[in-house]
Amino acid sequence: MTILALDWALMIEKLIMIAIIVLASLGIALYTTFAERKVAAILQDRPGPSRAGPFGLLQPLADGLKLIMKEEIIPNAANKWLFILGPGLAMTASLMTCAVIPWGSAIDVFGRHIELQIADVNIGILYVFAVVSMGVYGIMIGGWASNNKFSLMSALRAASQAISYELAMGLALIALLMTTGSLSLKTIVEQQVSGNWWNIVYQPLGFLIFFITAMAECNRTPFDLPEAENELNFGYHQEYSSMKLGFYLFAEYINMIMSSAIMASMYFGGYDLPFFNEASVSPNIAAMIGVGTLLIKIVLFIFLFMWIRWTIPRFRYDQLMGLGWKTLIPLALFNMLVTGAVILANQ
Amino acid sequence: MQALTNKAQAVNRKPMTFWERLYLINIIKGMMITFSHMFKKQPTIRYPEEKREFSPVFRGLHVLNRDEEGRERCTACGLCAVACPAEAITMEAAERVEGEENLYREEKYAAKYEINMLRCIFCGLCEDACPKDAIYLSETFAPANFTRKGFIYGKPDLLIPNPKTEAEAFAEAKGVEA
Repeated sequence: MTILALDWALMIEKLIMIAIIVLASLGIALYTTFAERKVAAILQDRPGPSRAGPFGLLQPLADGLKLIMKEEIIPNAANKWLFILGPGLAMTASLMTCAVIPWGSAIDVFGRHIELQIADVNIGILYVFAVVSMGVYGIMIGGWASNNKFSLMSALRAASQAISYELAMGLALIALLMTTGSLSLKTIVEQQVSGNWWNIVYQPLGFLIFFITAMAECNRTPFDLPEAENELNFGYHQEYSSMKLGFYLFAEYINMIMSSAIMASMYFGGYDLPFFNEASVSPNIAAMIGVGTLLIKIVLFIFLFMWIRWTIPRFRYDQLMGLGWKTLIPLALFNMLVTGAVILANQ
Repeated sequence: MQALTNKAQAVNRKPMTFWERLYLINIIKGMMITFSHMFKKQPTIRYPEEKREFSPVFRGLHVLNRDEEGRERCTACGLCAVACPAEAITMEAAERVEGEENLYREEKYAAKYEINMLRCIFCGLCEDACPKDAIYLSETFAPANFTRKGFIYGKPDLLIPNPKTEAEAFAEAKGVEA
């Protein structure tokens, strides 16, 4: 009976945490769609959605209800299994990222010491990379299974874009890992909490590259060629309707939240509130303040994403590839070389 | 050739400098522009609650006027129909009989008075032509309708409420003008 030897309390603790984090990120994603519309409206001198509930706050619920009530259509020529698998995969991949993000330090409840992180894997960043790459499959499978040339073209675009930008992203990260010496997100954040400067100070260029590539990975506007409403007719989710479409749209927003969380953790100190001594309050309160700080950082990043989206137009495809291969990769390599040289010189 | 405005500019074909090619500065400039728009006044009029005010010279839906005692002013002379460039107005005249003095001001009145709002161009020439101040254009426009017939407005649609019996509705229909 080896199964009984498991630490059941730990299992339950982790399950509760997974439930909270998944539900919270779904809820935040719901309101991110609302925030997107509001931010777009305000930047364009419009009031934005304001009819459903006070200040339009019930708008996301109305949108969700609308998506659920719509007729579910699977095209005749589509590959049914893959057609259903696509949005599910996109959603799963984007939710899985949250497993390694440290949301706060640790709290003590009912005599248990609970780390506010689902899994402190020592290869956390590699895990994030692996999962993010899986997200491309959702788009690829969806686009291919639709049996529609526009969907297929946009799926191809998405795949090649993701591959090109993941390279630069990885190279930008290597430079960061050279300074931190660890792949665990928890360790990276703790290094920044314990008195050191935030990593953005050591890696400004690396952050810029990471930010641009993260935007490309999320298919956000200057890089939203896979969706390209006006060229590809909505792209890979053209044939989708009802909640399957909702899943794709939702996955995009969850991706955005997760990449904001990862950027905040890796470059902006994670749950570290600057100029604040965590030891001056009880550990539980300190942990809660940490969670709040991380959430604020995430919101700021999401606003930045939206701000950029409603400011600059989409790239042409050759410009996108040119930027990825001819600018970002050499720049990331250069950043890596400089970082290595500085580390060597300081030894 | 002399330039009409001082806005003409020669196209700049200088190759971009390194900083210009980076685009980052220009993107940040652009983002500052969009950011500044967050604090601008929104020109939106939230329609059903707020309505845009029409200009005082707005020419809208026609109103057939009454005098102070609530009698119809129109004598069915037909000058408005003649003046109408769109030929939107038709009418039939009738003679006032004994006992109708409180309804019609003159001895002749319009038994039928119709304006086709689909033909009407709201030019206001009928208003100018009328010798009796019987027709004028109000500050509202014709609402949508499901049929063409619905756009032919008869006397019940056009007549202003009686100032004697429905003083409030009369004041509202009369508006600021006229």
